[in-house]
Amino acid sequence: MLEGILLGLQTAFSVQMLLMVIGGCLIGTFIGMLPGLGPMSIIAIMIPVAISMGDPAAAIILLAGVYYGAIFGGSTSSILLNAPGVAGTVATSFDGYPMAKQGKAGKALTIAAIASFCGGTIGAILLMVFAPALSSVALLFHSAEYFALMVVGLSAIAAFAGTGQVAKAMIMTILGLMLATVGEGALFNLPRFTMGLMDLQSGLGFVTLAMAMFALPEALFLVLNPITSQSGSSSEIKDMRITRAEARAIAPVIGRQSIQGFFIGVLPGAGATIASFLGYAVERNIATKEEQELFGKGSVKGLAAPETANNAACTGSFVPLLTLGIPGSGTTAILLGALIALNVTPGPRLMIDEPQIFWAVIISMYIGNFVLLILNLPLIPYIAKILAVPRNYLIPFILFFTLMGAYIGQNNATELLLLVGFGICATALRFADYPLAPLLIGFILGGMLEDNFSRSMQLYDGVAFIWERPMTLGLLIIAAVLVLLPSFRARRARLRAQGVADGD
Amino acid sequence: MMTFKLGRRALIASAVAALSFGAPAVADGHKMLDSIHFLIPGGAGGGWDGTARGTGEALTKAGLVGTASYENMSGGGGGKAIGFLIENADSNHGTLMVNSTPIVIRSLTGVFPHNFRDLTLVSGTIGDYAAIVVGKDSPINNMADLLAAYDADPSKTAVGGGSVPGGMDHLVAAMVMEAAGKDALGVKYIPYDAGGKAMAALLSGEIAALSTGFSEAVDLAKAGEVKIIGVTSDDRVAAAPDAMTMKEQGIDTSFVNWRGFFGAPGMPADKVAMYQEAITKMYATPEWEEVRARNGWVNIHNSGDDFKTFLEAQEKVIGDLMKKLGFL
Repeated sequence: MLEGILLGLQTAFSVQMLLMVIGGCLIGTFIGMLPGLGPMSIIAIMIPVAISMGDPAAAIILLAGVYYGAIFGGSTSSILLNAPGVAGTVATSFDGYPMAKQGKAGKALTIAAIASFCGGTIGAILLMVFAPALSSVALLFHSAEYFALMVVGLSAIAAFAGTGQVAKAMIMTILGLMLATVGEGALFNLPRFTMGLMDLQSGLGFVTLAMAMFALPEALFLVLNPITSQSGSSSEIKDMRITRAEARAIAPVIGRQSIQGFFIGVLPGAGATIASFLGYAVERNIATKEEQELFGKGSVKGLAAPETANNAACTGSFVPLLTLGIPGSGTTAILLGALIALNVTPGPRLMIDEPQIFWAVIISMYIGNFVLLILNLPLIPYIAKILAVPRNYLIPFILFFTLMGAYIGQNNATELLLLVGFGICATALRFADYPLAPLLIGFILGGMLEDNFSRSMQLYDGVAFIWERPMTLGLLIIAAVLVLLPSFRARRARLRAQGVADGD
Repeated sequence: MMTFKLGRRALIASAVAALSFGAPAVADGHKMLDSIHFLIPGGAGGGWDGTARGTGEALTKAGLVGTASYENMSGGGGGKAIGFLIENADSNHGTLMVNSTPIVIRSLTGVFPHNFRDLTLVSGTIGDYAAIVVGKDSPINNMADLLAAYDADPSKTAVGGGSVPGGMDHLVAAMVMEAAGKDALGVKYIPYDAGGKAMAALLSGEIAALSTGFSEAVDLAKAGEVKIIGVTSDDRVAAAPDAMTMKEQGIDTSFVNWRGFFGAPGMPADKVAMYQEAITKMYATPEWEEVRARNGWVNIHNSGDDFKTFLEAQEKVIGDLMKKLGFL
């Protein structure tokens, strides 16, 4: 293994490879920053470039650089504009955007940069040490466990079920789950809820719905309510330092989420999105009562958790890709296609047959993370200045990229109509004070939840998988605890308060 | 707008032409067409996308066609692009749409309101056989073992695939079981939404066997991850000479998932002939051979009327089978 690492170092530290990493990260970050453009479309654009280089190691290093650059850049648009272009950074906007609104945009970007760096670097270390051994972990989960994992992910909505909001959060989650059933599911031969429209047969697009729920209402609010939105936001960008207390608060979060995120990323059916929601849910539930109140309103922990987890998970998703040749996500599927086009077959023999490629990729991940940190930290004050742009210039900019993002993924003009329609509904819901994040969580997890559930039902001829597979049962119990614990705690606190009152 | 577009295209064409003077490998005499616009009914990175881009790459690199452009139009599992081509037929004489076996299956099930007869048939170009594979540690080594396992415990011998129930992967599995004398509908078919996830399920032991495309299976078989226990070709395929065919094992099934190109209805005959000739010439070029080998495709060339005969025969076979199996 040491030989392999040395070989990888030698390959990765050549001038050409360093240029590849830096170039990939730069391209990924800048395109990823545009709302609505995710890593999948960026990598698809870069593939012809990578293939024409002919050198498989250089190609995958470039593409991997683009990949984590895009995830990294995606968090910027989530934080500044509430426009997550990738499902993996939806959770980042939950606390990142409130922070930016409070005038702490610089601080939020700094925390995101550091959390991403740590998540990516710790993930790369875990990948280096455990990759060969982890290929079996990747195959540990069956459909039943994936179903249970999605249920745990759904418990993240508990964070939005604040006082008096429980019913509203539940309604929105169910609405999201229902929207996920539109179209021709992977498991059914018939279109559902398409109202006979061919454009709905493939279901609703993630980017379309994310933009409609988050970015569009935000832009409309800026138009409708120019006075309140102007106050506070742009003036204090300089404040990008993290206080010692904040550093102490996020350090354990980063530590835990790097490891948790990495292992979720290793599972081929989970990925960065699930990792970020789970990270958010877990951190919120183990936080103290006062800190829990802050989640969703600009908590540094709530920002650090998903940012660490999604970057660690991206690194983790290279385990099944490189050791088994199985892509865990749409993005790694495109990477696999590129590798095969370059005559490299990922799988257990890759490490033996072409160790220079295997190790060069892993080493380049460290370099990539450093490049991203160096690139981003000094740029943060300038990036955050986006918010200081006068509203009448910023709003058209947001609208343009929102519409473009929805169109470009599908090349389908109907997406634009859907985007505007859903955007108007979402704005109305926001006026009525309904939380929109649970809807998006329900939508993202709904498809996978249903697919895995119905597969398990078929495989076990019923719900027997719940008790026949101990891991499924365990995960479902964790989900129940995550949902019930906060309300149980609240109830006990209320009872105690009442008791004291009675005693007086 | 239109004039600008024409101007730009002409510019690109002349730029390419200028380049070709400098590069003797691209002989000017070969060029059949200035440009082709490929319409891809699915997103980037899929099988249709790869076919169109690979064909375009070979045609342009070999100098048969000046430039190739690509447009991804997903929606309705490919139905949107078909509808688009029919509705805008007059302005799409320069467009070729890629499609494959599902156009036949989905027209039969009524998912598409149209079928291949509504389009101009240009040429079937490549194909991919289907294969049944098992994990490398599976006790199953051939079709007889799989059938024995199925007889012993049908509910624990699930077959997975990357298509919806009633889709291509299911159809292949059902076809094979039917030919082996089993109740094709009794086979537990578990659908996955992507080939990679189905493969992960196979390796994790969730399903006993997987019905998939031969070219997808062959890479993992070479890496030692899976064993191919049956291929739906008539003879063994050179890419995996050890993999037995279904027929060798006494199961009379052959199936090929073709891919090919369609034009808008009413495309002028001289234009169709030009496309067909360019594609026919493409097969002899080293550029095509490189693309073909890289993707593990099999050359299955059916032009014009042959393509029509081929599609009609396939529609009949698949339609009869689907009726027999109760899918229709």
